[in-house]
Amino acid sequence: MGLRVTDLACARGGLPLLEGVSFALDPGQALVLRGPNGCGKTTLLRTLAGLQPALTGEIDLPPEAMAYAGHADGIKATLTVTENLAFWAAIYGTSGVAAALERLNLRALADRAAQNLSAGQKRRLGLARLLVTGRPLWVLDEPTVSLDTASVALFADVVRAHLEGGGMALMATHIDLGLPEAQILDLAPYKARLPEHGTGAFDEAFL
Amino acid sequence: MRDLRLALRAGGGFGLGLAFFLILAVLVPLGVGPAPETLALIAPGILWVGALLACLLSLDRIFALDFEDGSLDLLATAPVPLEAVVTIKALAHWLTTGLPLVLISPVLGLLLFLPGEAYLWLILSLMLGTPALSVIGTFGAALTVGLKRGGLLLSLLVLPLYIPTLIFGAEVVSRGAQGLSVATPLALLAGITAGAVALLPFASALVLRINLR
Repeated sequence: MGLRVTDLACARGGLPLLEGVSFALDPGQALVLRGPNGCGKTTLLRTLAGLQPALTGEIDLPPEAMAYAGHADGIKATLTVTENLAFWAAIYGTSGVAAALERLNLRALADRAAQNLSAGQKRRLGLARLLVTGRPLWVLDEPTVSLDTASVALFADVVRAHLEGGGMALMATHIDLGLPEAQILDLAPYKARLPEHGTGAFDEAFL
Repeated sequence: MRDLRLALRAGGGFGLGLAFFLILAVLVPLGVGPAPETLALIAPGILWVGALLACLLSLDRIFALDFEDGSLDLLATAPVPLEAVVTIKALAHWLTTGLPLVLISPVLGLLLFLPGEAYLWLILSLMLGTPALSVIGTFGAALTVGLKRGGLLLSLLVLPLYIPTLIFGAEVVSRGAQGLSVATPLALLAGITAGAVALLPFASALVLRINLR
């Protein structure tokens, strides 16, 4: 039921970034990815999300288990907060928009157009989308960007509740979330060796 | 449930294409001169070219906005097949651009002294042809998503693909205006649309996946 990643290698812009990444995540567990900027955290998460193919290795994941949240929140500026969430609820065939608003302290903003939200409020709306998806595995790329301390604590509570309910979370983040139970995976040792000059697949550079 | 995608478009300026079509049809008589027989002769072509260019105007908005705010990534990981997303996008584009053009075209036909018997064929040919314009345009938009200033490339890619639709669409109207049989161009027009609607969503979804990498 968990996520198993075996000997994964992934590339960005045709250049291999990471290789030999292996880890496992069971229900109720969280894993935090660490590493300097540009080491391939986002690339790894996008590969796991199925947005780009892996170079080698296996990703073992139950189908329809994952909800991905990237750098951008996917918020439509002209819709209200509730309408934004209702759209994703409809896409995932779930309900619980009101509960998600409550959990991330967005109730007071429910009827506000998303274009009038602050950056932190937008981020909270993007995170509320995760609750609406009803998926057990959350794949989060820098979830706490532009959140204030209170909101980070709120988000940590949400993640903890998600884990207690048998969920999983995989996050790339630079700050301490206050989740002592989370495992930490430093990606720096997995850095791929640069390929010998001229052996890289030429076509890949254009994909 | 995916009708909500349409609501997303509602904020967009879909009046732009309509306004362009209107301006074109108003300006042509001023430029060409008010002689009814000249205008009646060129009216089918003008109306079809106008509709096509109006359609082209709003194409780059189909995916660009969703790409910028990250929704496209999220939609690609959502449980909805990307082919369905693409089809809905094309449908939304047609409803906000193609359909209004079809509905306003008789009024503009009046401005251009379109012969009376051609009105039915004008509406019918636009009704049959504009879905192909939206679907082909969606394919072009999928190809150029993520490119900065992709609009010019998009126009260059899409225009040649629009030509068959334009030829047969305008042919239906001008044959209709002369009282000739319209069966052949009409059938070809419908065939192009049916083929485009059936095949292109798969191609669009494929190039979109590649572009999202």
